[in-house]
Amino acid sequence: MKSVHKVFISIAMVLAACVSTAILAMQSNDVGQVKLPSIKPGQYVHQAPTLADIQNDKDLHPELRKVILKGRDLFMNTQQLRGKNVFNDMNCKSCHMGEGRMAWSGPVWPAATTLPDYRGKNGHVNSLEERIAGCFSYSMNGTPPEYGSDTMLALVAYHQYMAKGAKLYDRNIGGRGFSSLGTAMPADVSYNQGAVVYALNCAVCHGPNGEGKRVHGEVVFPPLWGDGSYNWGAGMARVFTAASFIKNNMPLGQPGRLTDKEAWDVAYFINAQERPQDPRYTGDAKETREKYLNFHKATLYGTEINGKLLGQHDNTGEKPFLKPDVLKPRTFAEGVVPEM
Amino acid sequence: MKINVWVLVLVCTAFIQAPLYAKGDPAKGKILAAQGDGSGAPCATCHGAQGEGMAAAAFPRIAGLNADYALQQMLAFQQDKRVNPVMTINVDNFNQQQLADLAAYFATLPVTPATTPTAPPEQLALGKKLALEGDWDNYLPPCSSCHGPNNQGVDGNFPGIAGQHASYIKQQLELWQQGQRKSDPVQLMEVIAKRLKPEQIDAVAAYLASQPAQADQ
Repeated sequence: MKSVHKVFISIAMVLAACVSTAILAMQSNDVGQVKLPSIKPGQYVHQAPTLADIQNDKDLHPELRKVILKGRDLFMNTQQLRGKNVFNDMNCKSCHMGEGRMAWSGPVWPAATTLPDYRGKNGHVNSLEERIAGCFSYSMNGTPPEYGSDTMLALVAYHQYMAKGAKLYDRNIGGRGFSSLGTAMPADVSYNQGAVVYALNCAVCHGPNGEGKRVHGEVVFPPLWGDGSYNWGAGMARVFTAASFIKNNMPLGQPGRLTDKEAWDVAYFINAQERPQDPRYTGDAKETREKYLNFHKATLYGTEINGKLLGQHDNTGEKPFLKPDVLKPRTFAEGVVPEM
Repeated sequence: MKINVWVLVLVCTAFIQAPLYAKGDPAKGKILAAQGDGSGAPCATCHGAQGEGMAAAAFPRIAGLNADYALQQMLAFQQDKRVNPVMTINVDNFNQQQLADLAAYFATLPVTPATTPTAPPEQLALGKKLALEGDWDNYLPPCSSCHGPNNQGVDGNFPGIAGQHASYIKQQLELWQQGQRKSDPVQLMEVIAKRLKPEQIDAVAAYLASQPAQADQ
């Protein structure tokens, strides 16, 4: 037993030496530069209004200003809906960084300029409210505020104000969503390399087990897997979504610090960990994966990683139900009841 | 040899995050603080009898500082990751256990208020914006996104900065800009410091100093 212990220590020492060398080598010299992808010619860009713009816009009725600010407050501190609509540690701003205004960080204004629109994820035309409901159902592992409710109206008002002055229905938008690295996962993506990237760049904030960090109950760094994180149906569970998010937003303040390969590897590593069940779960992860393959082809859900079938469990985290009632199919063909 | 990846993760993480030594003993730390390390001065010479620091000379308050953070900083002085000849001389003869004892001692001291500089309201307002909202159009996340709610600190890597002397905060941000401070994990602070304009540094330092600090206990 003692010799095993010694072996472990000596391996640890060697690795520690490697790691400290690696850390030194990794110091970036052009730190401070913001390295984001460039906007392609012909792509539409829009500068979303700031908080000061909301506060100073003379055209806003005071009541409307109040509602927009309420929406912003909900967006920045979505944990105020914890236990009601939110059942994990996420806030809207956790993924839509910079108040939902930033290109390459899922800016929210395009939702207001392009919806209603057809959405492949649920196979029908979605309103802005329904799009927000999707975030609550998956990313927040919860259930959306009711359509038309004060909370929903406030959130919609914030989204719509962010689109002030933007062109309607132009879909060729620069910096929209999270897909700058494309959707095709590289063939040589590596869990083990991802674990190293994670340990060196992410663990300091998100914790060695992806658990995030809280101070006096308040979430400072969101969990990346486990019960407190997004569920298996969230867009971020797709490896390409996480890879592009990480590439252009992480570590905080240093977009572009990681190479494309590092971003893919660490996204793969993070999304190969367990998380709350996909609300569309049929009781069988492989079957659920097949049923929603247009989405899950980009996730590791229902696949075996390191000998474990991901997503084969009944754990919904803190959420006391699996599927929010609002996740319903919709059709305008009378008499046709689609299966879901 | 196939290395278990979790061993690697564990080791890497331990390196970045946790001190590898025994917990500090505040009683021993108190004695060491009074004695000094043999080649340097007792802590109180610059940091004051209550660990309150000295704003005029940009000596920080160390009373109530997170012990892990204080320990990491003293190690950084020993290893020249923080370039500060005076602090290096003052701590170079302490071993890691002694540094842990010192850190534990200062962590137990009640927080003393910062010397609040007289700052114009518009400067404080700019500082508050940077501290709590950031300036994302110039890629500056708010201080609180890492330093926690009201910038009271999170852990040994993300110390409380509210209630610290403005002179010290300003000085440190400038040292980061000049490459004289390299103790931050993943260059998280260096990158932000290098994006700050002089007037933003003045404003955020003034605002943070004006905010109450809580002890980390």
